[in-house]
Amino acid sequence: MPLKLEAKNLNFFYGSEQVLFDNNLPVEEKKITAVIGPSGCGKSTFLRVCNRIFELYRNQRAEGELLLDGVNVLLPEVDILELRRNVGMIFQKPTPFPMSVFDNVAYPLKLHFKLSRREMFDRVEQALRGASLWDEVKDKLKTSGLELSGGQQQRLCIARAIASEPEVLLMDEPTSALDPLATGKIEELMVELKKRFTIMVVTHNMQQAARISDATAFFFKGVIIEHGATNQIFTNPKNRKTEEYITGRFG
Amino acid sequence: MTVHFIREIDNLTMLLLEVTSKAEHAVHLAIQAMLSHDVSLAQKVIDSDDEIDVAEIRIEEECLKILALYQPVARDLRKVITILKVNNEIERVGDLAVNIAERVFDMASYGENMVEKLDFEEMTNKACGMLKKSIDSLTFREVVTAAEVISLDEEVDKLHHDAYLLAREKMLQHPNQSGYYLDCLTISRCLERIADIATNISEDVIYMERGIIVRHLHEREQK
Repeated sequence: MPLKLEAKNLNFFYGSEQVLFDNNLPVEEKKITAVIGPSGCGKSTFLRVCNRIFELYRNQRAEGELLLDGVNVLLPEVDILELRRNVGMIFQKPTPFPMSVFDNVAYPLKLHFKLSRREMFDRVEQALRGASLWDEVKDKLKTSGLELSGGQQQRLCIARAIASEPEVLLMDEPTSALDPLATGKIEELMVELKKRFTIMVVTHNMQQAARISDATAFFFKGVIIEHGATNQIFTNPKNRKTEEYITGRFG
Repeated sequence: MTVHFIREIDNLTMLLLEVTSKAEHAVHLAIQAMLSHDVSLAQKVIDSDDEIDVAEIRIEEECLKILALYQPVARDLRKVITILKVNNEIERVGDLAVNIAERVFDMASYGENMVEKLDFEEMTNKACGMLKKSIDSLTFREVVTAAEVISLDEEVDKLHHDAYLLAREKMLQHPNQSGYYLDCLTISRCLERIADIATNISEDVIYMERGIIVRHLHEREQK
C-alpha cells in the first residue's frame, strides 16, 4: 500500500520548548492510523503539523519533513489554502458554525469552488450522505447546525470536512465528547470513510484505537516509541513502554 | 482500573492453580487405583470430578467478566486468554482421570493384577511429569520449562505405541483376558492424552509470555 503521509525527522517547537523529537512515521493511504499516548505527549501537536494549522499561532515552528504524496508540505511555497482543503480536520468538540446545516457544509465549497446552485446542493447532499447524516437532516437543512445533537453536530463537521473532497482526514479525539451510541456511529462512519480517505485519529480510548484502526503509533514525551499494525500493538507490543501504556500501567 | 484488574487476575490465577492441583491429584489417585485395582479409590476419583467441573465453569465466568469489564490488551489479554484455555484443558485432565478410574472396576473383576506386564511405570511417570512441569511453567511463567514439556511429547506417543503392541501381543496370547488388556490400552490412551494436554498448556504458556503461537509452527513455516 502506498504512503499518503510520511513524517521524516519531524521536530516541533513551542517557542524555545521542543515538543516533538525526530518523529518518523509512515501513514498508509486509505487506512486509519491511530495516534495514542498520554496527555501532553505530542499527539495533537503532530496532527496540527499535518495541515500547518499551528501557523495560526505565533512562535510555533516545525522542522524536518512532512511529506504528502511525496511533497514536503512544510515548505513555505506550499499553498496553505490548498493544503487545508486537502487535509481536513475534525476536533474533539463538535464545532458547527452558527449557521444553517446546509450552509455549514456549503461553506468550504464556496471557499474553494465556483459551483452553480444545483451543483452546490448536490455536493452538500453528497457530503451529508457521506457523513451518514442526510436521512436525519434532509428535512431541516435550514435549521441551525447548533440545534443538532452532539453526535449529529460531529457528523455535520465531518460532512463539512469531506465536502471539499480532501485526501486526508485528521481527527483529534472525535468521539470523546459523545455518548456510546453516537461514538458507535462515528466509528462506523470512519470505517466507511477510509474507503475514500486516509485517516489519522488521535484517541485516548484504547478500545476505539484497537477496534477501528489499521495502524497505531504510540507517542511518549514527543517521541514515537512504537508504530505498527494495530493487531500487533494491542496483542504483542514490542516495546515495554507501549505495553505499560496500553495496559493502563501509566498515563 | 489497574489495581482492580491486577487483583482480579491474581484471584483468577489462584482459582486456576487450585483446580489444576485438584486435577493433577485426581490423575495420581486414578493411576494408583489402576495399579492396585483399588475400586474404592477409583470411585473417589469419579466422585470428585464434580468439583473440577464446577471450578471450570466458575473460572470461565470470571474470565468472561474480566474480558467484558476491563477489555484487556497485550500481556493482560494474553494472560486472560491463556487462563481460559488452560482451564478448559484442566477440565479434560479431570475427565481423563475419571476415564482411567472407570476402567479399574472392569480390571478388578479379573481377580488377577496383570498391569505390571504392560510396564506402565515409565509412561505414567512421563505423562504425569509433563503435566506437573506444564503447570509449573504456568505458575512460574517459565518458557524454558514449557519448551522442555513440548519436546517430551513424542516420547510419550512412542510409549503409547509400545503399549499398544504389547497389549495386542498379550491379547493374542491370552484371548480370555482381552477385555483386561483393552482396559490397559484405554488407560495408555488416556495417559497419552494427558501428555498432549500438558503440551497444549505449555504452548499456551509460551503464547502468554512471548506472544507467539507456537502450535503447528513447523507446518506453518513450511507453507
